Amino acid sequence: MGLQSKLTELLVPPELKAHFDKVEKPVGDAGYDPWGFKLENAKAAMAAFRWIHDQYFRVESKGIENVPAKGRALVIANHAGQLPMDGLMIGMALAMREKSPRFARAMIERFFPTVPVIGNWLNSVGAVIGDPVNCEKMLERDEVVIVFPEGVRGSGKMYKDAYQLKRFGNGFVRLAMQYDAPIIPVGVVGSEETMPAVANLKPLAKLLGVPYIPVSPPFPLPAKFHLNFGEPIYFPNDDASEDEMTERVEQVKAEIAKLIDKGLKERESIF
Amino acid sequence: MEIMVTGAAGTLAKHVIDQLRDAGHSVVACYFRDALELDNRERVTSYRVDITKRGFEDVFRNHKIQAVLHLGRITTTQDRKANRRYASNVDGTRKLLELSRKYGVKQMVILSTYFVYGASAYNPALLDEEAPLKASVLDKNLIDMVELENLAHIHMFQYPELHITILRPANIVGPHTQNGLSLQLSREATPYLLGFNPMMQFVQVEDMADAVIASFKGNKPGIYNVAAEDWAGYQDALRMAGCNMIPVPSIPPGLTNLIADLSPKLGLNAFPRYLVPYMKYPVVIDGSKFADTFGWQPKYNIEQALAYYRDKKQFKRAS
Repeated sequence: MGLQSKLTELLVPPELKAHFDKVEKPVGDAGYDPWGFKLENAKAAMAAFRWIHDQYFRVESKGIENVPAKGRALVIANHAGQLPMDGLMIGMALAMREKSPRFARAMIERFFPTVPVIGNWLNSVGAVIGDPVNCEKMLERDEVVIVFPEGVRGSGKMYKDAYQLKRFGNGFVRLAMQYDAPIIPVGVVGSEETMPAVANLKPLAKLLGVPYIPVSPPFPLPAKFHLNFGEPIYFPNDDASEDEMTERVEQVKAEIAKLIDKGLKERESIF
Repeated sequence: MEIMVTGAAGTLAKHVIDQLRDAGHSVVACYFRDALELDNRERVTSYRVDITKRGFEDVFRNHKIQAVLHLGRITTTQDRKANRRYASNVDGTRKLLELSRKYGVKQMVILSTYFVYGASAYNPALLDEEAPLKASVLDKNLIDMVELENLAHIHMFQYPELHITILRPANIVGPHTQNGLSLQLSREATPYLLGFNPMMQFVQVEDMADAVIASFKGNKPGIYNVAAEDWAGYQDALRMAGCNMIPVPSIPPGLTNLIADLSPKLGLNAFPRYLVPYMKYPVVIDGSKFADTFGWQPKYNIEQALAYYRDKKQFKRAS
């Protein structure tokens, strides 16, 4: 405990500390929330990743005020780039925004909790395994949850399919309806170029029990990120059929496609 | 009112009995631990009795019992033989349920545990009471706990006139608690699994006694998790309890289980194999339904509840 506090103090400069103090986060007396989130760890991680956000990917965010200052929300984005850099950058952008910064939660692959050290660390900075119950309980507790409805279909795709949206799962719309949560669509541009993949080594991935192993640069390239946050979308909590639900999902998907186009037009160069 | 309390030799039951007496009830205290003799105090009649045996019925014949608080359970720390625990816990509970019906008992509170949910890597946090009970799939040592609950569920469904309340508390800790986890906390040197720090919840034994009394008074049958809005990692808990922490390899899992099995022989502090998954993966329960229904508020937070272990160790070292 002492070590972590020292590390946080070392990593988080005073101005950033003042900034993070604006974040409201419900934790118990022992400093944790039910998913193992720990404010100190999250602050230290954000401070360490700030360089990646500011200098490496030079993230430019527009419309970030569309994420409400308080209360539950679902941030829905396109997923790409093999590693979840897009989730990390959206989370960073929300934590670093000047007015009412927020520490968002991201849903991660189910195998992470079985990995020693990494699993707990991811939890401590805000990641949670992608179980619908987790998402429900987080919305109940007024969290901002980042969801990539394409899942590994999106993150693991080949570069030839860059910026083409894969199939979206329907779950997020059901949850948004059930919990009266606004959906904030985000178009991420830049993620595809961080790790352009030309092939997937499926047999090896299967052997190792991971979703995919791409043939790509071994580390993320410094592509410039453009995050375009759209207007919040609300759906009524009615008794919508699965078909109507799919229509609503398509509506969000179309909005994200528009935001991606906007980002692609705005961008002057890839790097 | 005459109220039967089982497991009366346990520390939780002692707190519960005190509160019942203070409220003016008469208590029929049943226990089965050899070494102990309970005094018969005013308004407390004690029986050292095996609830699986026929003689137990006499207790019902001799008293007009209106409520049963079933807190007695043979724990894995008291008897390592799974079949003996099964006989006592499951068959004993069946007997108790049958006699309660036969003698017109109106209300029953049954102590279960959050262990019934089972520790798995895929557990979401804040499990509701409706979450599946996976403990028996993960470890046969926990079968009796799940079966005990299943029995109670059947009775709830078939005999709604007997009001049954099942409580599934988080780890009960504090002076004289004897469960698997509280024993780990009371040790000088305690094993933990390298790279794993699962979230845990704790209920101080006095707070738990309040919870039992609240559910008895409230008499709202159903199944309830009992836990506060406070969470800490297992390693944090060991630190708060002042334990010297002994790292145990966590991969491959077979190695951890082997160390657990051999630990008593190796002269290490023993940690039973059934505890391994709970030292690795979180079982975080949502206690809001209980707190809202019965207006229960714990007095102790985790730090305060675990301070008892730290202070006791410091006192021992100093003396």
